[in-house]
Amino acid sequence: MTVSSVAGQRFTFVRPSALPGFGITLGFATTYLSLIVLLPLIVLVWRASALGLDGIWQVATTPRVMAALEVSFVTSALAALLNAVFGTLVAWVLVRYDFPGRRLLDAAVDLPFALPTAVAGIALAALYAPNGWIGALFAPWGIKIAFTPVGIFIALVFIGLPFVVRTVQPVLQDFEHEVEEASATLGATRMQTVFRVVLPALVPALVTGVALAFARAVGEYGSVIFIAGNIPFVSEIAPLLIVTRLEEFDYGGASAIAVVMLTISFVALLVINSVQALSRRRYEGA
Amino acid sequence: MRETALRESRPLQWLLIAIAVAFLGLFLVLPLAAVFVEALRKGIEPLLATYTDEDTVSAIWLTLVVAAITVPLNLVFGVAAAWAIAKFEFRGKSVLISLIDLPFSVSPVVSGLTFVLLFGAQGLFGSLLDAWDIKIIFAVPGIVLATIFVTFPFIARELIPLMQEQGTAEEEAALTLGASGWQTFVTVTLPNVRWALLYGVLLCNARAMGEFGAVSVVSGHIRGLTNTMPLQVEILYNEYNFVGAFAVAALLAGLALVTLVAKSILEWRHAEGLSTARRH
Amino acid sequence: MANTTIELGKGVPIAITAEGLAKSFPGVAAVNGIDLQVKPGELMALLGPSGSGKTTLLRLFAGLETPTAGRILFGDEDATHLPVRERRVGFMFQHYALFKHMTVAENVAYGLSVRARRLRPSSTEIRKRAEDLLELVQLLGLGKRYPAQLSGGQRQRVALARALAVEPRVLLLDEPFGALDAQVRRDLRRWLRELHDRTGHTTLFVTHDQEEALELADRVAILNRGRLEQLGVPDDILDHPATPFVAGFVGDAVRLSVNVEAGWISLGGGKVPAPFQFPTGPAELFVRPSDLTLAHSAGHGTFSGKVVGTRRVGSARRAELVLDENLPSVEVTLPLEHAVHKGEELHLNLFTMRLFPAR
Repeated sequence: MTVSSVAGQRFTFVRPSALPGFGITLGFATTYLSLIVLLPLIVLVWRASALGLDGIWQVATTPRVMAALEVSFVTSALAALLNAVFGTLVAWVLVRYDFPGRRLLDAAVDLPFALPTAVAGIALAALYAPNGWIGALFAPWGIKIAFTPVGIFIALVFIGLPFVVRTVQPVLQDFEHEVEEASATLGATRMQTVFRVVLPALVPALVTGVALAFARAVGEYGSVIFIAGNIPFVSEIAPLLIVTRLEEFDYGGASAIAVVMLTISFVALLVINSVQALSRRRYEGA
Repeated sequence: MRETALRESRPLQWLLIAIAVAFLGLFLVLPLAAVFVEALRKGIEPLLATYTDEDTVSAIWLTLVVAAITVPLNLVFGVAAAWAIAKFEFRGKSVLISLIDLPFSVSPVVSGLTFVLLFGAQGLFGSLLDAWDIKIIFAVPGIVLATIFVTFPFIARELIPLMQEQGTAEEEAALTLGASGWQTFVTVTLPNVRWALLYGVLLCNARAMGEFGAVSVVSGHIRGLTNTMPLQVEILYNEYNFVGAFAVAALLAGLALVTLVAKSILEWRHAEGLSTARRH
Repeated sequence: MANTTIELGKGVPIAITAEGLAKSFPGVAAVNGIDLQVKPGELMALLGPSGSGKTTLLRLFAGLETPTAGRILFGDEDATHLPVRERRVGFMFQHYALFKHMTVAENVAYGLSVRARRLRPSSTEIRKRAEDLLELVQLLGLGKRYPAQLSGGQRQRVALARALAVEPRVLLLDEPFGALDAQVRRDLRRWLRELHDRTGHTTLFVTHDQEEALELADRVAILNRGRLEQLGVPDDILDHPATPFVAGFVGDAVRLSVNVEAGWISLGGGKVPAPFQFPTGPAELFVRPSDLTLAHSAGHGTFSGKVVGTRRVGSARRAELVLDENLPSVEVTLPLEHAVHKGEELHLNLFTMRLFPAR
């Protein structure tokens, strides 16, 4: 009598498939990634760690660095918040209303994605400089926009807008109209329906969009340096400080600041992922 | 207005539309318009003078060369990564996907910095490269590397969700009919993703030609040699040659507009060929 | 069912009436002049194929659509132009339309929480009523869950509790069980009937499932292409269809085009007597499997058919028969023990006749 043995559960890396090419494509992709992404980042962290955790902390807490980080963070956060409000509004208008030029406007939202940052930078600088189209409107009142943190804020609103609009838009698009009808049959006014039923459902997407906009804004360079003024302690952003350190051949210092910024980006990414995971579990179920 | 519990009142709708249009006009359209207006501020002559200046010409040339190297390389990567991720189940897939998204979370300046740390004079391979007299930082190869880092996710990110949605059924059918792996890929998979591929190439190219921060760090700003168009814009601007700066900027802005138009056409006409996240 | 102390459906149930109601969308008249009254406390089904206008009619009653002609009355009150949020209808959607980002309890309490301040109960009161309702629909203890964590049947019960919370005057249900499995559907049907008997709301529900309509409803309204074909109790619909459409739509009827000559119909090689004074000429005969019985032998008023196939249905067998060459085949129900073979010829009597002059 033959005994057939069943193979025990083996550790398999990949589920067997009839399709060929797994090894070569995965191999190529991971090699590419390692060379282009992993290696440089590892070197960065290694270089920064040469200073030791204390060293990094030292660098990070020098007044100029702290000021630069503060400028970057505060302007990025404020810009992301402004985009949260207006980005949602733009998404609402694009999804729910029809008006001449809607398609054009919809396409225009992607402009900050497509436009090179340096181009945006000089254009914004020209617009908001004291003799620019917009700067000139404020100059008589003594209000300066370009070369101040306000200018930075404006530039960051520009580059962050598509992130919010494009994450909120699909959710709004797929929103079940019946749910709004249900709210109406239960006696809610339109405003109640919008604020208690529709907008709350957008919150996960909005948080994602804001986090993306914030992360992008913190690291933004090209759009900002022309309009910023770049005065240390006042309108100097963290990325610029990194470049300055590099030009001084202070690789350690530059790396330290870079590592701090990377940490922030990762935290933002983590926030996004947890928000998405939580909302998927709660609101979308099994 | 009837059915007011189901829709905002007309006046409110128009108000919201007006606010949205004003906001977008102020923040998006105005800067774009400013580029072209400033470029033409002193008339056509200085504009053309910029385009024929040799530094500008070499900047344009370098930008094109960098794009011509970067985009195809990233294309191959994107296709390979998408094939592995979309058609197979394996451990660590989400790690791979997160790694692909990495450049989006890294400041361009930081990206450039990492390459300086690797290949710069005091970098990890600095002395090695010096010994063989290879220049990467402050030379074209560095620019290419930095650009690749910043732009490689674009094509992969367009293909992966689409290929995941499409599944493996068609490829498996082709195999049962006797096609080889390569044949299957070329005759079944590629045609199914051609629009997403084009879309990704468009985005990758736009970003490759327009990248500033990362390239600025690695390039050394050597006129006529290691300046791309965006860097040339910066140089001209810092020299107060505003017309010149905006002239070059106008070229880039034109490219951006072409990209936007092509992108929109793809989204409107070939929506089924793009992943559902892209459809409006 | 659980015993609860909540007041269900405050006040006396009212009738809902449609008078000459019509609704057109560009290019199509979805509802085309319907007169219909649902009696107070009645459970009525709107039955019809897709495109018949039944959902549109329901939505007109709810105020989710505005009519292009006609009137709607709630009791004696003209509600034609009453906005949806003032109609106090409880509406249930086919896909539940629960608020995904609110808990079950918050969903149920919603209608009460959006009321204007002076009409709004205190938050303790609201919470209690939500709990009572959850107990009524047998979902007590699930208040803190989110809709995504419930099964389809549970979600539908939450939707019902939510609709009942605002003490609606009428209940309108749009294919309430359409998205559920067959077994769950059957259970919920029974449960809805019991609930209705307890609460006594005037209820109107839309379905395309005739078994459901005929089983549940006090009266059934058959709609076709925006018009009311027949309104009556299930027995009437089944046994005395008013129009060819109804005859063909309910029951498993097959439509045969026949000719009436001098009071006789030629069928299957035999002749069957037509109803008294039925006009000569072409006619439509609707035959259900239960309308045919086996005759002992050929004779007066019988006809024959040739067996072309058999199939098993529940605890009986059905034989598919061809009566005449150019007519569709019909089915007859036979007891299991009766063996039939393909090609066999059977003699039949027509037990009940549904005959209409051809249009």
